[in-house]
Amino acid sequence: MDIETNARELRALLGADAVISTPTELLVYECDAYTLEKFLPNIVVLPRTTEQVVATVKYCAENKLTIIPRGAGTSLSGTVLAVDGGVMIGLARMNKILHVDVRNRRALVEAGCVNAWITNAAKPHGLYYAPDPSSQPACTIGGNVATNAGGPHTLKYGVTTNHILGFEMVLPDGSLVWLGATPDGGEDVDGYDLRGAVIGCEGMFGIVTRILVRLTRAPQAYKTLLCVFETIDEASQAVSDIIAAGIVPGALEMMDQPITQAVEAAYKVGLPLDAGAVLIIELDGLAAGLERQTQRVIDLCQQNHSREIRIAKDDTERLALWKCRKQAFGAIGRLSPNFITQDGTVPRSKLPELMRFIRATSEKYGLRIPNVFHAGDGNIHPLVLYDERDPDQIHRAIAAGNEILQRCLDLGGSVTGEHGIGVEKIDFMEKQHAPADLAAMQKLRRVFDPEHRCNPHKIFPGSKRCPGLIIKKQAAA
Amino acid sequence: MAEQFLDYDKALTCIHCGLCLAHCPTYLETGNENDSPRGRIYTMRAIQNDRLKLDATTVKHLDLCLGCRACEAVCPSGVHYGKLLETTREHIEKNYRRSVFQTFLRKIFIEQVFPYPWRTTMAIAPVKLLRALGLGALLPEIAAFVPQEARSVKLPEVSPATAPKRGRVGLITGCVQSVMFGETNAATVKLLNRAGYDVVTPREQVCCGALYAHSGNLASAREVARQNIKVFERAEVDLIVINAAGCGSTLKEYGHLVGTDAGVKFAAKVKDLSEVLLPRQGKCATRVTFHDACHLAHAQRITAQPRALVKAIAGDQYVELPEAAICCGSAGSYNLTEPGMAGQLQRRKVENILKTEALTVVTTNPGCILQIRAGLKKAGALDVRVVHLADFLAETIRA
Repeated sequence: MDIETNARELRALLGADAVISTPTELLVYECDAYTLEKFLPNIVVLPRTTEQVVATVKYCAENKLTIIPRGAGTSLSGTVLAVDGGVMIGLARMNKILHVDVRNRRALVEAGCVNAWITNAAKPHGLYYAPDPSSQPACTIGGNVATNAGGPHTLKYGVTTNHILGFEMVLPDGSLVWLGATPDGGEDVDGYDLRGAVIGCEGMFGIVTRILVRLTRAPQAYKTLLCVFETIDEASQAVSDIIAAGIVPGALEMMDQPITQAVEAAYKVGLPLDAGAVLIIELDGLAAGLERQTQRVIDLCQQNHSREIRIAKDDTERLALWKCRKQAFGAIGRLSPNFITQDGTVPRSKLPELMRFIRATSEKYGLRIPNVFHAGDGNIHPLVLYDERDPDQIHRAIAAGNEILQRCLDLGGSVTGEHGIGVEKIDFMEKQHAPADLAAMQKLRRVFDPEHRCNPHKIFPGSKRCPGLIIKKQAAA
Repeated sequence: MAEQFLDYDKALTCIHCGLCLAHCPTYLETGNENDSPRGRIYTMRAIQNDRLKLDATTVKHLDLCLGCRACEAVCPSGVHYGKLLETTREHIEKNYRRSVFQTFLRKIFIEQVFPYPWRTTMAIAPVKLLRALGLGALLPEIAAFVPQEARSVKLPEVSPATAPKRGRVGLITGCVQSVMFGETNAATVKLLNRAGYDVVTPREQVCCGALYAHSGNLASAREVARQNIKVFERAEVDLIVINAAGCGSTLKEYGHLVGTDAGVKFAAKVKDLSEVLLPRQGKCATRVTFHDACHLAHAQRITAQPRALVKAIAGDQYVELPEAAICCGSAGSYNLTEPGMAGQLQRRKVENILKTEALTVVTTNPGCILQIRAGLKKAGALDVRVVHLADFLAETIRA
């Protein structure tokens, strides 16, 4: 059957305005926030209800069509690329908050609901949704579930899986299941934790449509510090010392000099332009005792020669600091037309060594590599800057990124902390996992998607790639 | 190769992160990435690169953009979306044939009537006449946009300060503002006088050019800009004050528009009324909320000052409007060229207003006032009034 027939039949199921099939209008769906590889989907559907998702998925199952779920398309690793073409199911129209259950501290939302909207709705009740990826003003909760998204505050509060009680999901054959706690049920569910198995599956097990999230009581008080260091080594040591002292800050973030300069250009909050590194440290919790803990953190920073420590005076100053940190990636547009960001992790104690390696890699390839990352959990985000109009820079950027990830593995870490594998880091899966591990993962995948039709060509080695890219990568190697 | 219309380096500042999506009114309504800022920039680049053609489909999605620039205010990368859109629209107007109706609407009605106060006066005269005769019911729905109080007020060329003098300001009266909301301009002069400013209202001023610039007619926009620059140079004022957000954002961009020192100097003097006045306490019996005009909140990044002025008077009666910064659908002449989407956003705005249970909605742009009033009327919410900030403040002075 040809694409036009599929599109026509899907229109009959969902309505004309819910189906996109002209190449002109499909173009904007050829990539997400990872722009190195691009594939046009054959059709994009924009359902409004779970029933419409079920109808679409059933239709695709009957016609053996690939399905690709897509939220806001903010993925940094190509998780929603339509590698085979296929039918992309965009959840942007399913974005409602269905119910805020204040007494039980939970909310039922549709998968296309924007992360930050949940907190906005819960705020009047003194509650919030804890996981806060930097893209939270735009990314969807469904995408967060797919990638088990993190964020600066995961150091203390955990990642997405710790805050998702249950969800409704359409399996690749079109059947509808609810996994985990139900909206009117208790939080303990018997049997295997299939909810946990699905979170982080990168959309390969099915399409999540409604989600029951946990709401957390907002901390009574915050202390947000900006600590300025001459060198990354000293800042890294301070991070290690704070954790070693048994203090668990809400967040513990590092920005190096190039990123600090870009962010300052963007937001003008008075960040030092000559500092080797700055730490943003946020302590939160009960007001009692917070002062003492803050003093302890200040002492530890000063022991590591922090030359200046500022404490946010009020909520406005606090939010300004967080805006700098969270929108740092975006500020990169001021430095360079394109970037790829890596998402490796290393044991905290190896941070200084890794940062030195990144600097050396930057010099070796003649590319700028600013760094902004979750220092507290050893999750780095080097941003390799390049210009897509210069093919040689693309080669060098890929090579530099790969070397940094390899180094993370050599230092005992992993290639992704929170962004997921997507298509971007497929080549590293064999380096990080033994063949038996990968085979076990494939077995689990087949339980949900025996035909490999749901978001295929992600995560697993041997998947189809952009042919141009593979040639380029070989040329660069 | 398509004629070079896009500042490609500026377009590449967009790194495709998607943080703009949830702030774009049209994307919120359609959920279609073609109707998002990131998607539109992608489309502009594709047209420039010959990956896409200028055809009914691409033009449809670019036309649907309100130009509200909410995306610009939240863009971490500092993309000048408004500028990319202006040059793209100019390219469309030069190279794309529209339907006869759309051409009439854009080239005759919008560009040849609204920028000229007396022509607008003539255009709305029949509406006023029928209403005066008690035959308002005969009018088509679109006439609901003409406000009941529509009248122009002749302002003196110079109105002296009525408080210890702080300076001399020039007033831009605006085209739609001066004809449909003459009282608002009179109130603005009074507020400025009371704040210690002599107010000069030069007769030879012309349209600020916003209506031309937004529809892609940059040549005409430059022409009127040069005339205004000359007129206000002669007036020798410290500041140039405007109470309509849409005009204000264009006036502040004269430097970029005309590209001369005189333009830069003019732009540096332009202030929105809310930037000039200081909060003064007052009294207000009913619940009040504030709607951000796009061209004030996003284009000029002014959100705190007007709220401070309103809150000083409303006190506990002030309530924040959900989605205050999402466009009401007015967007200059957008409600004429894209009535469908304008209506959807109008309903969204009205629903949010009704949630607040406020009886007064304060805002800072004539287009928003007309659009929201018409929406409230359609919803049967006849007890909720929409007023300009200047009128709201002036009321409490009188009280």
